[in-house]
Amino acid sequence: MELNRRKFTNMLIGGGLLGWLASVLYPLFTYLIPPRVEEQSLNSVKAGKVDDFPPNSGKIIKFGRKPVLLIRTETGDFRAFSATCTHLDCIVQYREDTKHIWCACHNGMFDLTGKNIAGPPPRPLMPYGVRVQKNEIIIEKPTNLG
Amino acid sequence: MKSNMVKKVYNWLDERYDLTPLIEFARHKKVPVHEHTIWYYMGGVTLFLFLIQIFTGILLSMYYQPGPDSSYESLRFLLTKVRFGWLIRSIHSWSANLMIFFAFVHMFSTFFTRAYKKPRELTWVTGFILLSLSMAFGFSGYLLPWNELAFFATKVGTEIVGAVPVVGPIIMKVLRGGSDVTGATIYRFYAIHITLLPALFMLVLALHLVFVQKHGMSEPEHLANLPESRKKYIPFFPNFLLRDLILWLIVFDILVFLAVYYPWELGLKADPFAPAPAGIRPEWYFMFMFQTLKLLPGHILFIEGEVLGILIFMVGGLLWMLVPFWALKGRPDQRIQPMEFIGVVVLIYIGVMTILGYAL
Amino acid sequence: MKIGYTSIFAGLFLGMGVLLAQPQDDEKTSYLQQLVEVDQCVACHIEEEALPEGLHENDIHLREGLSCAGCHGGDPTSDDMDIAMDPARGYIGIPDKQEVPSFCGKCHSDIRFMRRFRPQVETDQEVQYYTSRHGRLLKAGDTKVAVCTDCHTSHAVFPASDPRSSVYPTNVPETCKRCHSDSDYMAEYKIPTDQYEKFAESVHGVALLKKKDVGSPACNDCHGNHGALPPGVTSIGQVCGNCHINNLQYFQKTKMAEEFKKMDLHDCIECHGYHAVPPTNDEMVGVGEQSTCIDCHDEGDEGYKAAVEIRAMLRNLTTAIDSANTLKKQIQIIGMDDLDIEYLLKDAHQQLIHARTVIHTFDPKQVEEKTKTGLDRAKEAIQLALEEIEEYHRRRKGFLFATLFTTLLIIGLFIKLRQIESEQKEDAHRREP
Repeated sequence: MELNRRKFTNMLIGGGLLGWLASVLYPLFTYLIPPRVEEQSLNSVKAGKVDDFPPNSGKIIKFGRKPVLLIRTETGDFRAFSATCTHLDCIVQYREDTKHIWCACHNGMFDLTGKNIAGPPPRPLMPYGVRVQKNEIIIEKPTNLG
Repeated sequence: MKSNMVKKVYNWLDERYDLTPLIEFARHKKVPVHEHTIWYYMGGVTLFLFLIQIFTGILLSMYYQPGPDSSYESLRFLLTKVRFGWLIRSIHSWSANLMIFFAFVHMFSTFFTRAYKKPRELTWVTGFILLSLSMAFGFSGYLLPWNELAFFATKVGTEIVGAVPVVGPIIMKVLRGGSDVTGATIYRFYAIHITLLPALFMLVLALHLVFVQKHGMSEPEHLANLPESRKKYIPFFPNFLLRDLILWLIVFDILVFLAVYYPWELGLKADPFAPAPAGIRPEWYFMFMFQTLKLLPGHILFIEGEVLGILIFMVGGLLWMLVPFWALKGRPDQRIQPMEFIGVVVLIYIGVMTILGYAL
Repeated sequence: MKIGYTSIFAGLFLGMGVLLAQPQDDEKTSYLQQLVEVDQCVACHIEEEALPEGLHENDIHLREGLSCAGCHGGDPTSDDMDIAMDPARGYIGIPDKQEVPSFCGKCHSDIRFMRRFRPQVETDQEVQYYTSRHGRLLKAGDTKVAVCTDCHTSHAVFPASDPRSSVYPTNVPETCKRCHSDSDYMAEYKIPTDQYEKFAESVHGVALLKKKDVGSPACNDCHGNHGALPPGVTSIGQVCGNCHINNLQYFQKTKMAEEFKKMDLHDCIECHGYHAVPPTNDEMVGVGEQSTCIDCHDEGDEGYKAAVEIRAMLRNLTTAIDSANTLKKQIQIIGMDDLDIEYLLKDAHQQLIHARTVIHTFDPKQVEEKTKTGLDRAKEAIQLALEEIEEYHRRRKGFLFATLFTTLLIIGLFIKLRQIESEQKEDAHRREP
């Protein structure tokens, strides 16, 4: 009887301890596993493979919390600009027919250097840096522009 | 087999480091039992929470990136993308607050049971230093998320430091890493928070613990005067330690409950150029000082009210730290003992000012 | 001793005065000083302190090497006033006001001459000027009207792209205002003089004058530069459409545009006004107090119904976006993931902007296309936000698990403690019965 009680207590402690350890260690180890999303580096972002972008095309890339328009010109080089229109914050797009950057909201136009050339936008689009490394396109925050 | 192995290791160690006295010490360590025994546990709980701080702090530092552009962002990443990141962070924040709370309880219980008396003067002094370091931990850690509240609270807090006569302005500049709270401040607070303070804290804590072990538990006066036969003790091991363990587990459960049900907020990212939002207030343990400074008139006699307030707190803190060396002795038949009176006044003052701080 | 100090101070003071004054003087006279060597007009006029008022050291003509005689004629090589200012040597002096356009036009209308300075230069200013109201009145003998120098100044002329220029975009309204806001001066022409005041308060004026946004139009962007005329009634839409391309295109395709023409109404300005164009807001649509629709439409007609419908669509969308925004902020504060919500909201906001442009079709169906997409995005954002909040609360479940085991462990340890202590008591009893 006495022995059984003691056995029960030890089991209770053992079981409790195991469960407790599990409930402490589980969050701990999952915390240490690197999250699937790579830590968002604030100064550059990978946009994809060069082959995914045919010449004369554009695509919106999420640069952290800011949309960036990545353009591959007809001649094949890459350019990137802030995709936020300087007029009323709409998202601009690349137009394959006119080969311009275009904002659908008010028909604002920018040339391929980001300069505002028609419609209401008051300022050029801020350029981002583009680097190609081992067939991978990397968009960079322009350091000289702050 | 197994116990044999343990014995072998023990013998190997004992041969070289002479462990037997330590074991003997632990075996014979006794804890007096009386109506104030409960207070003996407060230091242990504080220590336990400090261990949790070290542990969760190390975990947090694996993802945190200090810097004006990265502090908030990396914390947001930790909270939203890292599994249980929110839990670790929330535990760190809650544990910090509970630790300071228990340190206060521990200190006042020591004060009222007059456990600081000879030969434990230095235990009290090191304890007070530990509490001050804890508050410095809290102050430096508060800024690290770089959110609105943290930014402005730090601005105000360092401004108060800057009001200290003579050395204030230079200390403020050194703390801020410039004339204003900027990215440079984050790096400094980070360095202070994760290197300087832990190192200092460990050192003082080690002294504090050695002192405690050296003198054993302090007995209240009326108990100490009783004949040995009428005193009650329990062995430290296992009786007291088991109780300690149970209490730690309860505190741990409460801590996790708070962390899960009342997770610490991330807040909005600090914008140094935005006007200060309403409701900027320091952490609760600074509130009584903050509120006092706020209530003091602009000028008292020939000096600024704020400067006078700061001086009073500095002198008061120093006196409090040196309590064992000047403690007033009342006659045993006095109904109100002078030290008890002082303690109650201080407690009421802190309580009233804190409440005022939150109510006003 | 005393005198010593005074003289030292005086010396210091003078020295500082020279030091401070020198660079200024230097700059002011250096270029003219150089001219003194070669140009007797400058030499003499400096000596006599008779330089023209407002002469600017960096005046484009002066800097391009066109000194006094370049415009005013005469012989700058002679230091004899009679020879230098001899009409026989081409001296013109100050031209009559009526002569000013041709005075400037001597060069500015000569493409061959002007090409030497700028290859793409325009040389039609004089011709254009005479088509303007200013030019025609001048020809008719009215010398109160503006000529070249009134807008461009005489001796502080800069290219229009130079912020120092009186015709730099942000300076244009001020320049026109000098005459057009002077009610006494303008009295005989019987035109309003409140254009500047109205413009300065308008959406364009605030952008141009307060925000210094040179993308915003100044007077000349609608009225023309040298051929300054009020835009005709039929062309007003084209003037606004210069920048507001989509709005004009949508408008022109509507039935209303035709009706406007028949009724002799003036496109954009009927709702938006001119000069005092206020920033638009959604209240302008619908049938509320600020509505411009009900200026013409009455309850029951088709336009009235469309106005009500469009207003409701916009309101639905803005309300949805607002509540999504509130949720987003809440999620940010509690530290949950709001990135996708933000992108959805950006999209919804874009649809709203789009819808506000499409309003100019006055077709509820076309507006709905945009507002519906926007509403979908906003609702998605709200949905996502609610899910995040739910996830935030769901985390609590895990705690129950952990607390169960912790409680078991506590109970176990507690029983163990009791057992140990009762054993200890028994032991003690046994030892001392």
